Amino acid sequence: MTLRIIGISGGDLRGQNTESYSSARRKPARGLSTGALTDRETPPGIACHVPVTNGRYKSAVAVKTGDRASEAELIDRLRCGDQATFTWLIDTYSPSLKRLALAFVSLEAVAEEVVQETWLAVLTGIGRFEGRSSLKTWLFKILTNRAKTRAVREKRTVSFSELEPEDGDGRALSPERFLPPDHPSFPGHWSTSPHPWSAVAEQAVLRRETMEVLRRGLENLPRSQRTVVMLRDVEGWPAHEVCAALELSEANQRVLLHRGRSRLRAILETYFAEDA
Amino acid sequence: MAPSSDTDWQKHMGDDTVNEMACQELVEVITDYLEGTLPKSDRARFDAHLATCPGCREYLEQMRALIRLSGSLTAKSIEPATRDSLLRAFRRWRDSQTSV
Repeated sequence: MTLRIIGISGGDLRGQNTESYSSARRKPARGLSTGALTDRETPPGIACHVPVTNGRYKSAVAVKTGDRASEAELIDRLRCGDQATFTWLIDTYSPSLKRLALAFVSLEAVAEEVVQETWLAVLTGIGRFEGRSSLKTWLFKILTNRAKTRAVREKRTVSFSELEPEDGDGRALSPERFLPPDHPSFPGHWSTSPHPWSAVAEQAVLRRETMEVLRRGLENLPRSQRTVVMLRDVEGWPAHEVCAALELSEANQRVLLHRGRSRLRAILETYFAEDA
Repeated sequence: MAPSSDTDWQKHMGDDTVNEMACQELVEVITDYLEGTLPKSDRARFDAHLATCPGCREYLEQMRALIRLSGSLTAKSIEPATRDSLLRAFRRWRDSQTSV
């Protein structure tokens, strides 16, 4: 498209990459000249007053920490058609989106499609987005709705609210690890103290292998535990956001987190015992 | 873990014996403790037990190490082809916006 507007000097940037957009916007206006408003320019009726490059990182960080003012800037830039902003968003959030999608659908390819659909929905919906919820909340709401639709089609369970049989008997450790309840002096105390490994777990020399053991352990957790542990501990979401995304009560979220973490700790324990 | 020193023994046999948290209970409420949702009285029992039990202190440190390690795992992102197709879709969307 080529709109010809008097008074805007954009220069013809067609075909250049997005990174040149910001520098073009900083060019001084050449007064009343006739220039082609290119596809890099501001859509009519939207004030794009935000410097695109310099503030991006700062506001991006702020979005992650929930700073609404900076988030508004980011949304503004997205509406203005700034590709760098969109690229940042998809690079930042797609891994979490995909992970959350995999909580509902079984195939990675389907999860990938759900993530793609989510971003397309963001583009069609961003004009109507009023900022009543945070961008992140809105984004994950779109994803869970779509992922659930797909899960229903796949005839998979979409609910996380009920604990599943595979979530285990709820014990963090087998009773044999403790002295029996009728022990005269120390009922319920360690029968053998845990083999100490916390001090070496994060040593660089072991790290790569430890991380691999942990990654495999996580993948093998029951679905609901895996999802909660991934969102909480890997992605660093606060509890209330996990509860909202999975429609879980606070108590059940904690139970799943506890069982998942307890199993992973046991896996690391076995690994470090073999290593010792 | 069974207390080893005389001091630990006295603590174990003190007035709080009935109310004392056992290791088996501690490992089950450890997430509530870390989440800050353990009731105040249980939190006090938890802390009191930790003070006398090296096994449970190690267990708590293992949980903390696990959480830190989990935090450094990286998620797999979308395929490059999906990313490219999204960027193309973005440019189409932007063009359709500006031509309105």
